[in-house]
Amino acid sequence: MAIDILMPALSPTMEEGKLTKWLKKVGDDVKSGDVLAEIETDKATMEIEAVDEGKLLEILVAEGTEGVKVNAVIARVGEEGEAATGKPEAGEAPQPAAEAAPAEKTQPMAQASSTVPAAPAVKAEADPDIPAGTEFESKTVREALREAMAEEMRRDEDVFLMGEEVAEYQGAYKISQGLLDEFGARRVIDTPITEHGFAGIGVGAAFAGLKPIVEFMTFNFAMQAIDQIINSAAKTLYMSGGQMGCPIVFRGPNGAAARVGAQHSQDYAAWYGMIPGLKVVMPYSAADAKGLLKAAIRDPNPVIFLENEVLYGHHFEVPKLDDYVLPIGKARIHKAGKDVTIVSFGMGMSYAIKAADELAGLGIDAEVIDLRTIRPMDIETVVNSVKKTGRCVTVEEGWPQGSVGSEIAYQIQANVFDYLDAPVARITGKDVPMPYAANLEKLALPNVGEVIEAVRAVTYR
Amino acid sequence: MAVRPATEKRTRASAPTSGTKKPGKTSNPTVNYQVAEFDKDDEFKAYHDMLLIRRFEEKAGQLYGMGLIGGFCHLYIGQEAVVVGIQKALREGEDQVTTSYRDHGHMLACGMDPKGVMAELTGRQGGYSRGKGGSMHMFSREKQFFGGHGIVGAQVPIGAGLAFANKYRGNDNVSVVYFGDGAANQGQVYETFNMAQLWKLPVIFVIENNRYAMGTSVSRSSAQTDFAKRGESFNIPGEQVDGMDVRAVNAAADRAVEWARTGNGPYILEMQTYRYRGHSMSDPAKYRSKDEVQKMRDERDPIEQVRKRLVEKGWASEEDLKEIDKKVRAVVTEAADFASADAEPDPSELWTDILR
Ligand SMILES: Cc1ncc(C[n+]2csc(CCOP(=O)(O)OP(=O)(O)O)c2C)c(N)n1
Ligand SMILES: [Mg+2]
Repeated sequence: MAIDILMPALSPTMEEGKLTKWLKKVGDDVKSGDVLAEIETDKATMEIEAVDEGKLLEILVAEGTEGVKVNAVIARVGEEGEAATGKPEAGEAPQPAAEAAPAEKTQPMAQASSTVPAAPAVKAEADPDIPAGTEFESKTVREALREAMAEEMRRDEDVFLMGEEVAEYQGAYKISQGLLDEFGARRVIDTPITEHGFAGIGVGAAFAGLKPIVEFMTFNFAMQAIDQIINSAAKTLYMSGGQMGCPIVFRGPNGAAARVGAQHSQDYAAWYGMIPGLKVVMPYSAADAKGLLKAAIRDPNPVIFLENEVLYGHHFEVPKLDDYVLPIGKARIHKAGKDVTIVSFGMGMSYAIKAADELAGLGIDAEVIDLRTIRPMDIETVVNSVKKTGRCVTVEEGWPQGSVGSEIAYQIQANVFDYLDAPVARITGKDVPMPYAANLEKLALPNVGEVIEAVRAVTYR
Repeated sequence: MAVRPATEKRTRASAPTSGTKKPGKTSNPTVNYQVAEFDKDDEFKAYHDMLLIRRFEEKAGQLYGMGLIGGFCHLYIGQEAVVVGIQKALREGEDQVTTSYRDHGHMLACGMDPKGVMAELTGRQGGYSRGKGGSMHMFSREKQFFGGHGIVGAQVPIGAGLAFANKYRGNDNVSVVYFGDGAANQGQVYETFNMAQLWKLPVIFVIENNRYAMGTSVSRSSAQTDFAKRGESFNIPGEQVDGMDVRAVNAAADRAVEWARTGNGPYILEMQTYRYRGHSMSDPAKYRSKDEVQKMRDERDPIEQVRKRLVEKGWASEEDLKEIDKKVRAVVTEAADFASADAEPDPSELWTDILR
């Protein structure tokens, strides 16, 4: 059976080229690897090698022809005596000559993507019920995070912690205090100041099935490592067709601390929130910090766990349960209300909660939603609330353009446009690098007054 | 600057004198104790400049305690000989200097105004960055001081980039970039080493080995603790230098500057030094013993070494030294007063300097 030799595509953008020269003539024997012809593209002159063996039966495009389309039949190779048809054989799929061509049909690529299937809906489970009579104890976020790590390390030998100053120094912010004593230097590992390197080592260890917790002293320094986080951790499951999971947690303080200046004060919620292949968690309370960090460690995916230095020392009620695990991807209604929906997460919740308290005094009953997870985002809870209130204000410390609030506003108008009684308002950090001066820093961060003003604007009060 | 072996017992290493084209030794692990000859003026100036840094830092520590300085504040106390010895080998306002967040001493050594530095520490409008940068982020184009960088290691390629500009423009300025023992492990340092040597950039890498990166000692973080060797595979010459002796620092700096200025490419100086205070104001420094710190203060203090020589040589009386101390204190007090009384930046400053 004669084989068509096609004009090959020699670059991702090539659509046509010039056939400059034939190096074989009709009747010549052709062996695999022989150079058949030279073609010229917009970038270079290239040789076409034969893949198949036989005789060159006919040449269909003469040398010197310009504008030969990619995949056009330029010659035929086959057994002696086979007919020269002057046309490609009917029913045979085009095979670029330069590739090893199986005789079977191949699927033309563009057709497969002509309709995009809908993205699967993600539905998070509800929080587990806390049994009646469960005791609560007051704990700091710091203690909650430490307990979460310790419990998971006791539970699973594959879980280990590494980062700068996590072991002997007991943690730059004392989150890992005591862990070296309990788990030893094999599982609580001090690294040099080499974020890109140890993030990558964590990813490799996770590919091998271990479950690293990689602590960044702060997320500002994870910018050194962001290539490994996004290109390696987030994308490899997909790139490997589902073979190579990356069960890793990247955690550490995120956002502004106090007066530490532009390079040390940045909120990465929206940055990581954009990346498919990551889960992004940003808790506010100690109970959520504990339940969600335990979930993050067990999750088979890379999880970005964004903490906040200012919140580390804050006390919250945490249920006294042996194994308190919360679902990633589920928002929490912090306070029910009917007049306006305030959506926030992490440190932003402290502004939202105080604003809601003060608004109550003004006779405005705000519903406050703690998103808890940035990705996958629990839009359903937000949308259901807005259906009730008709108004929404988002609060975060990050910058406005491309913020989490922008995404929420988009989702609201796409899902419940008809329910809205006012445009969605967005309170964010100011659109500037964080200044050091005390007065300017205060202005750069969101504040309770701004949230109240925004609520009054959307409720017209 | 003439170089001669020290009269003291420590004369082990053998680096060529300045003016020759040979760099100091890279493979010999001994510390280079060879010192520059300081005349009376040199000693007085070194004493004054180091004392200014020390008193300034002590005052900064006080103001931090009073809540006038916020955020992080990294003091340079103990390491003064490094910047003062190196600066002496540079052309102020022409050669560039870049460093980390532990930068107050570098700025003073570059000739920046203590008032402007202190006012930046307190976040006031008279600060070098008009209050917007803070302790870790100050700059002076006039003095060719390019920061003040908060991300460990990030200043290293930047320093090489400044050297690139020198070479590109065909001038003979050199760029000095300081970084810590901890920073020396960052990947971008080695990317920079490769390019600096490949392109023969006039850059001097000064590794301030103060033995700790926060709470991690060099031996717990580094597979190769001889930092002078860190450029070996790129053929960058390196020396270990007694960073507590301003004369040894200066002699090494002269060699390195000569090497870079005359087109031979980069040079590495590992300065063996020590920080007396914690990493920052919030570091309890439990990772080392009080004895270790005290021993350094007692036996190796860079300022005390000069003071002793001034007195022993009969160049200065106790009275003269007190007089210098008084002058330095007055400068520092003036800076602190200014920095406490100066106004905060105008709120409109929030929105300026983002783009131009
Ligand atoms: C990329 C990055 N990682 C971590 C930090 C936090 N950090 C600030 S200083 C420091 C220690 C640096 O030590 P070294 O380089 O030896 O300099 P020294 O403080 O001793 O002058 C660390 C870990 C940071 N600022 N940047
Ligand atoms: Mg150090």
